[in-house]
Amino acid sequence: MRDFILKQVASIILPFVCIYGFYVILHGAVSPGGSFAGGIIVGLSFIAFSTVYGIEKCRAKLPEKALVWTESFGTLWYGIMGMAGIIKGAPFLANKLAGIDVGVPGKLISGGLISFIGIGVGIRVASTIITLFFTMMEEEL
Amino acid sequence: MNFAAADYWIMTLLLILIVASLAMYFIKDLLHAIIVYGAYSLTMALIWLQMNTPDLAITEAAAGICMTVFMMIVIFRTSRKEE
Repeated sequence: MRDFILKQVASIILPFVCIYGFYVILHGAVSPGGSFAGGIIVGLSFIAFSTVYGIEKCRAKLPEKALVWTESFGTLWYGIMGMAGIIKGAPFLANKLAGIDVGVPGKLISGGLISFIGIGVGIRVASTIITLFFTMMEEEL
Repeated sequence: MNFAAADYWIMTLLLILIVASLAMYFIKDLLHAIIVYGAYSLTMALIWLQMNTPDLAITEAAAGICMTVFMMIVIFRTSRKEE
């Protein structure tokens, strides 16, 4: 499972997979995809890395503490962004009602809060998938 | 009964879907069944794309083809080592 050709191909492909995942997350408001699909793609690049190079190298890149913090604060970020509506006197998660500029439809900088919520959800999904995979890989050892 | 070309394409994909899901039940080797599950997910992603929902197609391709197959293979290796 750990041979030369696999390592070389993975070292070329996996950075682009990770960048594509962040592209899908950031363009979630205007194009197909979204934060959930993008988060899975970001998580997949790390899962494939730990499958090819061994779990210790991926552990060195992503310590346990970083995974716990991103997983918790991704969810908290969603709540904080929702509170922006309540502070302005509108319902929870209100976007245009709270007076936030939603921009021109179809442009990248548009949608108000949706892009910010998407970043949090994407990072949370990625770290959850990586944690799940690490837990299962360590039972194997 | 007039069918457009896209309808025949979807019918072919649905036929492959049925064959793949039946094959998963009848195949005895677990690793082969996991690989057939990848083919099932790929067909499902093509069907979502054909039905004009590209965001579901991306999610199916990422979650179904890659993530589930990776995790199933890890579980497969773990269970084989215990035996």
